Amino acid sequence: MLVNLGIGIPTLVANYVPAGIAVFFQSENGLIGTGPIPEEGMTLAMLTDAGGQPVSALPGACTFDSAMSFGLIRGGHLDLTVLGGLQVDAQGRLANWMIPGKMVPGMGGAMDLVTGARRVVVAMQHLAKGKPKIVETCTLPLTSVRPVDLVVTEMAVIGFPEGQATLLETAPGVSVEQVVAATEAPLVRANRIPEMKL
Amino acid sequence: MKTISVADAVAMIPDGASIMIGGFLGVGTPERVIDELVRVGRRNLLVIANDTAVPGKGVGKLIDAGLVARTVASHIGLNPETQKQMMAGRMAVDLVPQGTLIERIRAGGHGLGGILTPTGVGTVVEEGKRRIEVDGKSYLLEAALRADFALVHAFLADYTGNLSYALTARNFNPVIAMAADTVIVTADHIVPVGVIAPDHVVTPAALVDYLVASG
Repeated sequence: MLVNLGIGIPTLVANYVPAGIAVFFQSENGLIGTGPIPEEGMTLAMLTDAGGQPVSALPGACTFDSAMSFGLIRGGHLDLTVLGGLQVDAQGRLANWMIPGKMVPGMGGAMDLVTGARRVVVAMQHLAKGKPKIVETCTLPLTSVRPVDLVVTEMAVIGFPEGQATLLETAPGVSVEQVVAATEAPLVRANRIPEMKL
Repeated sequence: MKTISVADAVAMIPDGASIMIGGFLGVGTPERVIDELVRVGRRNLLVIANDTAVPGKGVGKLIDAGLVARTVASHIGLNPETQKQMMAGRMAVDLVPQGTLIERIRAGGHGLGGILTPTGVGTVVEEGKRRIEVDGKSYLLEAALRADFALVHAFLADYTGNLSYALTARNFNPVIAMAADTVIVTADHIVPVGVIAPDHVVTPAALVDYLVASG
């Protein structure tokens, strides 16, 4: 499968791919088959990830221009993207690219990724400075109106079946009540909510 | 295609020119042309590029020197100087989703008036644009982009101007080479005709106006 990872927490996903699953990571600057950072002295200035950091290329890797790279992303050829988040609303819509007046880095590839990837997962902290990030309505500018599929935090896994935030799993040692208290959006809850398997 | 010195290449670029610059965070950017633009102090430039790199690298050098009046880019987050000049109103910045930016440039180079993309529908990116429904799906009409000059960096250029690129230094380069009135190229290596096999030429020589000589 073809997967694109965002900067920050999502980058860690590459360390937890189970053995036996064939995953190719895409970097949107034009690489499929992104590998780990090479040993010191083995880096190449013209082989970098979307953060500009040196990477390696795995067997089967290929490179292409930016039009092809975003054709892969928007065209339904990317199976999964894992991105960071600032806010997610009750219907699963993500805001992750700017804080007006404070942080205006530009959306880079985020809007295309959320709009075009087959499956979108947000990996983020549940709270920011004590405040819920899963909110009724995003106060920050949206990245896309296309809802994400899953939000994974250190407290819970939340999905959006039927277009409503639904508590799917809790982290070990975290109660359903604690998740509800740390979440502004109303959470649909099943009778029995399983614990995350780590 | 003509071979040219870097000084003569930059002498063609006037103040106020619109220039597309290849590179992704400075990887695959024609640094020698940028350095010469800074040395001669071309001003009021309109720069179209994926990003503004970091201070001291690639497009970042033009920003550092205060030569840019307007930037069209998808990402400026790793260059605090860009953000400072934008906040202070010294430089205008148009932020465009990366996939939309490259497709607008591709359209400009391929004789199209624009493209329809689902990216940005229902977000701030939609402001001032037409929404067009096709088979029940919403798209934004995004206009084509062209520039006076494209500054391209290749890995190999042969004596006729055929180009090939290396790894992630390709990025915007072959796309901008289609979308400007004058295309200026630097290459890591200038090689005899035939070293780049016909199947491995990415940018045909017919698109290259000037190849900057090594040195």
